[in-house]
Amino acid sequence: MSDRAFGFRTRALHAGTPPDPETGARALPLHLSTAFVFDSTEHAAELFALRTYGNIYTRIGNPTVAAFEEKLASLEGGIGGLATASGLSAQLIAILTVAEAGDHLVASANLYGGTITQFSVTLRRMGIEATFVPGGDVDAIRAAIRPNTRAVFTETIGNPNGGVADIAAIADVAHASGVPLIVDNTFATPYLCRPIEHGADVVIHSATKFIGGHGTVLGGAIVESGRFPWGAGRHPLLSTPSPGYHGMNFAETFGEYAFLMRARAELLRDVGAAISPMNAWLLVQGLETLALRMPAHVANAQKVAEFLHGRDEVAWVSYAGLPDSEERERAARYLPLGAGAVFTFGLRGGRDAGRAFIEALQLWSHLANVGDAKSLVIHPASTTHQQLSDDELVAAGIGADTVRLSVGLEDVDDLVWDLERGLAAAAKVAAVRA
Amino acid sequence: MILETAAERRELMDRSRTVAMVGASPNPTRPSYFVFSYLRTRGKFEVTPINPATAEIDGVKSYPSLAAYAAEHGAPDIVDVFRKADDAPQVAREAIAAGAKAIWFQYGVINDEAIRLADDAGLAVVVDRCIKVESARFDGGLSLSGMNTGVLTAKRRVR
Ligand SMILES: Cc1ncc(COP(=O)(O)O)c(C=O)c1O
Repeated sequence: MSDRAFGFRTRALHAGTPPDPETGARALPLHLSTAFVFDSTEHAAELFALRTYGNIYTRIGNPTVAAFEEKLASLEGGIGGLATASGLSAQLIAILTVAEAGDHLVASANLYGGTITQFSVTLRRMGIEATFVPGGDVDAIRAAIRPNTRAVFTETIGNPNGGVADIAAIADVAHASGVPLIVDNTFATPYLCRPIEHGADVVIHSATKFIGGHGTVLGGAIVESGRFPWGAGRHPLLSTPSPGYHGMNFAETFGEYAFLMRARAELLRDVGAAISPMNAWLLVQGLETLALRMPAHVANAQKVAEFLHGRDEVAWVSYAGLPDSEERERAARYLPLGAGAVFTFGLRGGRDAGRAFIEALQLWSHLANVGDAKSLVIHPASTTHQQLSDDELVAAGIGADTVRLSVGLEDVDDLVWDLERGLAAAAKVAAVRA
Repeated sequence: MILETAAERRELMDRSRTVAMVGASPNPTRPSYFVFSYLRTRGKFEVTPINPATAEIDGVKSYPSLAAYAAEHGAPDIVDVFRKADDAPQVAREAIAAGAKAIWFQYGVINDEAIRLADDAGLAVVVDRCIKVESARFDGGLSLSGMNTGVLTAKRRVR
């Protein structure tokens, strides 16, 4: 074995997926098995006590799923990973690993609508309170941290308004209070940004999006840096004996692996949001080509954003890759290979123009998802962010005129051709209203 | 020599057979028991507890000191240390006296004096790592937990 630091593409193909030791199969075997036999009664006891590594039951772990976890952890530069049924269950498990009733989170307000609702409704009902900070303002985040704050949460690129988080500055503020930074890196993927390199402690993914890449499967993942001092006392769930695992002190027993071990042994076990091995297998296929697909997504997004930027029917375009974007400096620092492929723009003529625009499109699929190989379009205020209050919509940077695009891998001229047809339809509506 | 890389730790484990575990506990919830039990049941090393407070762990005789161990078994390949960081220099002196070839300080056992003593005496030194984790990094165990082993290979692992 050598200590060579292999490149991103090499790791995307090889990390976590060596040839199968049993059969020599070169492709990752799909282990569709609910449970795994024990070697002996002693082996079974050792496995259940977490004293040895191995497979027990697919809700807690599965070799195909583990290959996806290790590959993603390698690409993010983390110590390990944990896959879940969806991005939202990854978030839930990450938060419940560090927080319980009576605890507090600080979150950017520029988040996926489903995340805001998960925090402000479901987690609040469970006794975990979140303070949302508009614009990911670093000073406001510092001011919002309380003695019972267990984590700070942000998205690398906010869904949908495209704000780029100042990850290093937020990490510094969080760490100064002994609090970890959790970053949802769904929109950037590890190809465009690796939050751990900028100081983040935990990375979350909705693998449903660009990692899967084809709009086929749901999946989520948690990656952890292995650097955060979980045993320092700020997180008693990790540093005191746990009744959830016969008095185990995870920080003392697992050291740098404490967070991931508790996330799996207690939360994945008890929440039950396990990913199907089939989905994990497809997500591994997705990761293998991530470094080929992302530059193509970004190149198409850049051209589409520039096209819209130059049109009279369009009031504004919020894409960090545009030269006049307020996010440009942060994008240059955190997203040097491109500002992703999801962004919003505003149509003149408001809601009616937006409706006419979407209905006139032929190639862009009108649906609630992002990160498909196919181009997607939606009106967030009436769909993905519909549960938000007016104040939350403003804080998340979403207006009635906001249209969100997820730019796919079609020929970009065809995408622009279709958008031109949509804009013409929108202009007609706007003219009638004027 | 302080072993900084996973490859160096692997070489150390590959060339070692006997491990004397200073501070091994018979209490099944203690981290040291986890490591003892893992190494013993995997049959990777001949592991021996060094703990004056216990006669045996899982049927394996415990010795009151490294000196007592060495008197019967000779020098251990690795002395694995589960003690408070403050106690580490004393353990290092005893490991050197027992002729140990390497000393392995487990998670949190970080003491500059102990590291310097062992390094100066020519022992291979591992600091703030777990021998269970490092051994599982290369036997596939760590991969099964979704951990990033850093192992990339197109060769089939020999079981
Ligand atoms: C940024 C972001 N995070 C999390 C999620 C939730 O992911 P999932 O649908 O896989 O639960 C989404 C889904 O749209 C998202 O866009």
